[in-house]
Amino acid sequence: MAGRMRLPQGGFVAHDELLTFTFNGKTYKGLAGDTLASALLANGIHMVGRSFKYHRPRGIVSAGGEEPNALMQVGDDPRSEPNLKATQVELVDGLKAKSQNAWPSLEFDVGALNGLASRFLPAGFYYKTFMWPASAWMTYEHFIRRAAGLGVSPRQRDPDRYDKTFAHCDVLVVGGGPAGLAAALSAGRAGARVILAEQDHLLGGALLNTQGEVIDGQPARDWIAAAEAELAALPEVRVLKRTICYAAFDHNFFGLVESVTDHLPRPPENLPRKRLWKLRTKQVVYCAGAIERPLVFADNDRPGVMTASAVQSYVNRYALRPGRRAVVFTNNDSGYGAALDMKAAGIEVAAVVDARQVPAGPLTERATALGLRILGGFAIVAVEGARRVKRVRVAELSLDGKTVTGVPEAIDCDLVASSGGWNPTVHLFCQAKGKLRWDDEHACFLPDAAMQTGQQSAGAANGRFGLGSCLREGTEAGAAAAAACGFAPSDTAASQAEDRDFLPGRWIWLVPGEHPLGHKAKHFVDQQNDVTAADLKLALREGYRSIEHVKRYTTTGMATDQGKMGNVNAIGIVADEVGGHLPEVGVTTFRPPYTPVTFGVFAGRDVDNLLDPVRRTPMHAWHERNGALFEDVGQWRRAWYYPQHGEDMHAAVNREVKAVRDSLGILDATTLGKIDIQGPDAAEFLNRVYTNAWLKLGIGRCRYGLMLKEDGMVMDDGVTTRLGEKHYLMTTTTGNAAAVLGHLEDYLQTEWPDLQVYLTSVTEQFATMTLSGPSARRLLADVSDADLSPEALPHMAYTAAKVAGVPARIFRISFTGELSYEINVPASFGMAVWQTLTTAGERYGITPYGTEAMHVLRAEKGYIIVGQETDGSVTPHDLGMDWAVSKTKDFVGRRSLSREDMARPDRKQLVGLLTKDPKEVLPEGAQLVEKVLPQPPMPMLGHVTSSYHSPNCGRSIAMALVKGGLARKGETLFAPLGDGRTIACVVADTCVFFDPEGERLK
Amino acid sequence: MLLIACPHCGPRAESEFHCGGEAHIERPKDPASLSDAEWAEFVFLRDNIKGLVFERWNHAHGCRRWFNAARDSVTYEILAIYPMGSPPPALDPRRYV
Amino acid sequence: MIETYLRQSALDHLGLAGHSTAAPTEAGVQLSEKPLPVAVNLRGDSGDAAFVEAVREALGLALPTLPNTATTGEGLALLWLGPDEWLAMQHDAAAFAEAQLATKLRKALDGLHAAVTEMGESLCCLSLAGAQARAVLAKGCPLDLHPRAFGGSGHCAQSLLAKAAVTLLQVSDAPAFELYVRRSFADYLWRWLEDAAREYGVAVVRP
Ligand SMILES: [Zn+2]
Repeated sequence: MAGRMRLPQGGFVAHDELLTFTFNGKTYKGLAGDTLASALLANGIHMVGRSFKYHRPRGIVSAGGEEPNALMQVGDDPRSEPNLKATQVELVDGLKAKSQNAWPSLEFDVGALNGLASRFLPAGFYYKTFMWPASAWMTYEHFIRRAAGLGVSPRQRDPDRYDKTFAHCDVLVVGGGPAGLAAALSAGRAGARVILAEQDHLLGGALLNTQGEVIDGQPARDWIAAAEAELAALPEVRVLKRTICYAAFDHNFFGLVESVTDHLPRPPENLPRKRLWKLRTKQVVYCAGAIERPLVFADNDRPGVMTASAVQSYVNRYALRPGRRAVVFTNNDSGYGAALDMKAAGIEVAAVVDARQVPAGPLTERATALGLRILGGFAIVAVEGARRVKRVRVAELSLDGKTVTGVPEAIDCDLVASSGGWNPTVHLFCQAKGKLRWDDEHACFLPDAAMQTGQQSAGAANGRFGLGSCLREGTEAGAAAAAACGFAPSDTAASQAEDRDFLPGRWIWLVPGEHPLGHKAKHFVDQQNDVTAADLKLALREGYRSIEHVKRYTTTGMATDQGKMGNVNAIGIVADEVGGHLPEVGVTTFRPPYTPVTFGVFAGRDVDNLLDPVRRTPMHAWHERNGALFEDVGQWRRAWYYPQHGEDMHAAVNREVKAVRDSLGILDATTLGKIDIQGPDAAEFLNRVYTNAWLKLGIGRCRYGLMLKEDGMVMDDGVTTRLGEKHYLMTTTTGNAAAVLGHLEDYLQTEWPDLQVYLTSVTEQFATMTLSGPSARRLLADVSDADLSPEALPHMAYTAAKVAGVPARIFRISFTGELSYEINVPASFGMAVWQTLTTAGERYGITPYGTEAMHVLRAEKGYIIVGQETDGSVTPHDLGMDWAVSKTKDFVGRRSLSREDMARPDRKQLVGLLTKDPKEVLPEGAQLVEKVLPQPPMPMLGHVTSSYHSPNCGRSIAMALVKGGLARKGETLFAPLGDGRTIACVVADTCVFFDPEGERLK
Repeated sequence: MLLIACPHCGPRAESEFHCGGEAHIERPKDPASLSDAEWAEFVFLRDNIKGLVFERWNHAHGCRRWFNAARDSVTYEILAIYPMGSPPPALDPRRYV
Repeated sequence: MIETYLRQSALDHLGLAGHSTAAPTEAGVQLSEKPLPVAVNLRGDSGDAAFVEAVREALGLALPTLPNTATTGEGLALLWLGPDEWLAMQHDAAAFAEAQLATKLRKALDGLHAAVTEMGESLCCLSLAGAQARAVLAKGCPLDLHPRAFGGSGHCAQSLLAKAAVTLLQVSDAPAFELYVRRSFADYLWRWLEDAAREYGVAVVRP
């Protein structure tokens, strides 16, 4: 038998399918169908962890996702996962679990000293103790994390695969209990696309935990099986088991996590471990059921104290005895269900302690008829037993329920089943910003008005606690949801069952003990966060009134718990204390996730080489073959430099830079953005978006342009060419291509819709290669039919011709200061043309150069790079580029250039910088100061934007943005570096370090 | 994630769109005639309303067209979609305290 | 003179032809790269009868004005991309067919405010077919591709697939889809598709 507490038969476990698992290193047996929690209980193990703050021994309290104590570290590194609730972990053969909140061991816990010192650990303890000095927070945090025992992240790389998918449906049904099954059936029968999500691996919800329920005259178990079969047969219905709906977002968008392989001992290699469903639905029906709330009584956290419904679940669904002798403590009728089922399973029920003076209700009557000992108007006032309940003391309550009367009676027991009523699971409804209303009769919050359209709740989640009403309401909600999507309801009637509520109840939020509150015993409200009733009262005494503040101060209902068990009790205690009505205190905000979600699920397949697209140019493979190192520019991967024969970066870049100036280089410039502009108003459009004049650019001519945002700051630059009468081609920087097109479309569509212009991105239509250097013309003449004479094709001119037999666009423009041709050929020919050029260019010593050499070459010429010399706070004037700004027309950003602030003399301006020691290269980003002080802070003047060793200048060169820089020519500035060095440099007369007259462009 | 009804392509996921901020702020016809303060009002200052807002949206990964949307910034409900250049629709702003 | 066989697709480096199968397959998804597409982007005013007529004349196809639809004819498809934007598509290995198609359209539209822009060189066309084709697309595409929502063969849409912008054209109710993606993203998208299709079994097939 799998465990000494196992019943010989019954339940939803396979009694002949034994599984082996380990808990804290010891080996046990369980059954297929067990959870980790039920398998432990079947082996007589209640104590599974220690509490967060006081390190008190804690046991399994629940049988579901509301479990506060049984948090487990499951599996070995690298598959180890912390913070799993044992009540939700399906048992698989070979499973390994550890209590995560006990050090060095569960049995001997050093942190329990905290418990002895507990009067020093009241609410707000961490805030009060650890906030000062602020610099010590890091140390404290380390201590807290270790003591808190919130599990350990795996150290090794996660070997599993995770999947993500979008999904769409007409009707999402959350929860596969009676209401959810009914809703899915009625929506599905009407023809709607339905997704039913159930966190469990079995459908049936609360029906799995009870005995003797009858639906449509058949046992509930048979009805569930029939419903499941019918759903499976409906083509547009999909049932997702082991799938938890953890979040409700806007516009009926939901997050669900499906556990695909965790329950399989040997998962197939092709399947992901978990799958994230990003689901958009038109309608949702929340059928998430209800969670039983425990009673708050003295030392209610002893192992062996469970909710009554959990006891029922372990007895009925898992066929085990969670104890031998039990006391039931209830304030409503539903606690008697546990008493009856335990008696039937052979557990001795020592007493039913009922806070109600006159116990009543259908189950109460059955228990009375069976002769159970019922103590009406009584309460448990003390619980004894450190690692397991040994005994309770019960006493009569005063009429107002606030104090104890009479002499307590001791009752020996090893199990306490407590029921304080039921809370509908409204988490998702509230995440979707739905409003709650208080139901005085059932003493719980119910869904009121939904904030989003198409949202309903049904069944216990909506405060319908009788089985018959659950089925009826589910059926109606499913039909209504389908109807809202245009599907006529089918005429199948709702299933019928008995309706039995848990009323009447006597709602006592805080059960008095033998001692004043906070003395000798603790009344736990939130076991996961170790929050007691005394903590709540302390928070109120210290002046907190808003329930949101009380929550944060005491940490009740925070973190993974999200108030599933303790929230309403906490609110009730606060309401009692301030003398208000419970709904006036209000509820705290419910936030996603409903239960924790492992990070891998969010990463999905966006890892490794799928993390982000790597954009390749048509010549990418050539660069790879020729040993290029690459640099990322946005998503593009560009050839950075091509080291040869063991060259380091410095040597390779020097060689490439020299080669361009000496003879010939070739650059892959495909990534530059290209925007095709057509229409009769194209010139006018360019005139408005660029700072300079465009109305008179001739056909076949190119012009450099600066583009500003409306705030006057440089956003992009590039060369635009007039290809034809009404046809232009704009180039943009690599990183800004999409942003510039967006900027242009914005103005075109929203400010100037009267302009007749069409814009199309053609960046990828062409492979672009730049030939640069004194031999560029000769090589191009060798392979092209174009007239390349300076008269026919001067600097800043364009022609269409064939290059290597391929129709090409040739632009004579230069970013190096050398004679250069930018050649555009159809992308599919890029590789072939590139190979032709590199082969034919051998006689001129053609050298492929990468982006680094390109940067050095342009810096030698003082050409800026947007995004390097600019950072969104730099104007054309700051760059010394007033020459590119028209004074006679309006353009985007112009008015900003005459704002008062723009005339400040201490604006940062672009200057050239030369280090005093020509061999020293300033680091880019280095801060510049006028005077070096012994230690920071020192007034900073600006920073280095570009800095290189220039082989053509035979020294280092740099550019910098410096306050009032244009007036500082000849001044010496200093760059104090992090390593203690200081580099002295002089503000140069110009940024142009090479060929200042531009002779080489002619 | 919002579901936004592109006036051309139909309902699409928010990830296909780009929000262009507050709508109905027209670029001044003659910027030169504006004071620094007036120009700053146009370039930099936007309302931040709890409740009914009018926004510009662009279907960036679809038809690339701009359009206007009226949206409740509390419930996120999209109350109207209307073309660029049209005046804002007359909608009852919900009151939020 | 460069021969057209030297043209390279964006996936040339993967050597797909080498590990493609021509045989029918049990795999849930069949993936292939289609030959280099010929595509011309067309802008104009569909309210202008002269424009509509000129396009019909030049292509022998009606301009689709219903959003997210394509009209198809002899080796040619015309996809609706937006209220004033279309894409004329053709699978044709001829190197300069695109320029010819563009020229034909430009001539037909002469004098109208319209724009004709060659686009095929910037695209890579992938084909995705098989019982699980929709499930694979759903992993990265926010569109609802259910037959009730995405109208089957001849339906098209611009959207996202994983982190790439794509134009999606359903070419068969079987289902089969063509994905047009900018060529620099093709390598990423191909690898993404292979990974996403893994759980269903994926076969690389000849187009
Ligand atoms: Zn659209």
